[in-house]
Amino acid sequence: MIFKWLTFIVVTFSLIFTFFITPIERQEGIVQKIMYFHIPSAWIAFFAFFIVFVASILYLWKKEREWDIIAHSAAEVGVIFCSLVLITGPIWAKPIWGVWWTWDARLTLTLVLWLIYVAYLMLRFHAPEGSQRARFAAVLGIVGFLDVPIVHFSVLWWRTIHPKPKVLSMESPGSGLESTMLIALLLSLLAFTLIFFLLLGQRISLEKMRDEMNEIKNKLKD
Amino acid sequence: MLMDYFSKIWAIMWKDIRGELRTKEIFSSMFIFSLLVLVIFNFSIDLLEVNPLDIAQGVLWIAFTFSGILGLNRSFLFEKENDCIQGLMLTPVDRSVIYFGKMLGNLVFMLVMEAITVPVFVVLFNISIYDKIFSLIIVIFLGTLGFVTVGTLFSAMSVNIKAREVMLPILLFPIVVPIIIAAVKSTGLILSGSPFGEIVSWLKLIIVFDIIYLVVSFLSFEYIIEE
Repeated sequence: MIFKWLTFIVVTFSLIFTFFITPIERQEGIVQKIMYFHIPSAWIAFFAFFIVFVASILYLWKKEREWDIIAHSAAEVGVIFCSLVLITGPIWAKPIWGVWWTWDARLTLTLVLWLIYVAYLMLRFHAPEGSQRARFAAVLGIVGFLDVPIVHFSVLWWRTIHPKPKVLSMESPGSGLESTMLIALLLSLLAFTLIFFLLLGQRISLEKMRDEMNEIKNKLKD
Repeated sequence: MLMDYFSKIWAIMWKDIRGELRTKEIFSSMFIFSLLVLVIFNFSIDLLEVNPLDIAQGVLWIAFTFSGILGLNRSFLFEKENDCIQGLMLTPVDRSVIYFGKMLGNLVFMLVMEAITVPVFVVLFNISIYDKIFSLIIVIFLGTLGFVTVGTLFSAMSVNIKAREVMLPILLFPIVVPIIIAAVKSTGLILSGSPFGEIVSWLKLIIVFDIIYLVVSFLSFEYIIEE
């Protein structure tokens, strides 16, 4: 309960900072504010998939349902944030770069990542319930995450051999930011992290309730 | 000891090939499908306006991967249908032997399909590969190897779930994106007659990917077929 209120307060502060305190960017204008949603979403998506990876390893090692639930929940929340990245990205890119999408290394990696974890969720949906599903999902959770650096490396190579489009001159966002902008960005990072843990916790307890309900149902059947 | 290990792998691979020689089911569907992909590409891209060399590598790998999926889908289906997988698991061999045997079988099927697709492709797209055949074979072999390593892993997985025919490409394609990028790139370089030095760096990349995928797949394979 305290955690919920904390999240609420931080999110409110972060929104106030984003919309009222940070100055409007001189070149990009109001559209730059999308940065305070885009970058934190990307960070949370990667973080969530890392949790899937760790929980998957722990599941294959310990074979406890607990880890399976955590991996599943983190993947679901991660896909939501990854989708947010892919939605806010083009909205930001169109007015600034002039195109909705470009096959730049980072963009391609995010898209492939999204595809891998959507496949993960589909696998969970189609696989027969029980330990087999958990094992399959864990293997994909591990292989998928190990694939991230490989995909990153290959798309980087793929793009650097071709001349880069000029629009992609913005390297390492965050450098050269005005101080209030930096504070706002850090605050929204914190806000997104709190929202993530809130959602993750909710999702985990939901899954546990579902387990409990199934157990009761099975008992009633007997 | 090591020879023993290899002969077991050989036995499993040979079992698949012998079954296939009798039915010719996998192979015929794979080849016809890849032929259809080539034909449809010929309709969808006007070769009088587009330089075939701009699209050739892409068309070739689309044909390979899409028909490869057909073969991989079947790979464990036969084992599943007659409960042969139980028999395989009862044999006194390490799980990695089963993986390597199945993987090599799939590799052979795909390579045979590709060996027939390439000449058809050369004819339909009017491309000369006469002096490039050797490097082309290397790239196709390495690319297919990478595709099949992960493909065999996911094929063992998807055979146990609903909607398996759909799930295999959905699971496999995002994971093998790096292999496809590297294979298409190097095939393109070869077809356009680039110097071998430029191609070598891509080949090295595919080899690294192949090794990573092979190790990861055979390590996780035992978790997939465990009962």
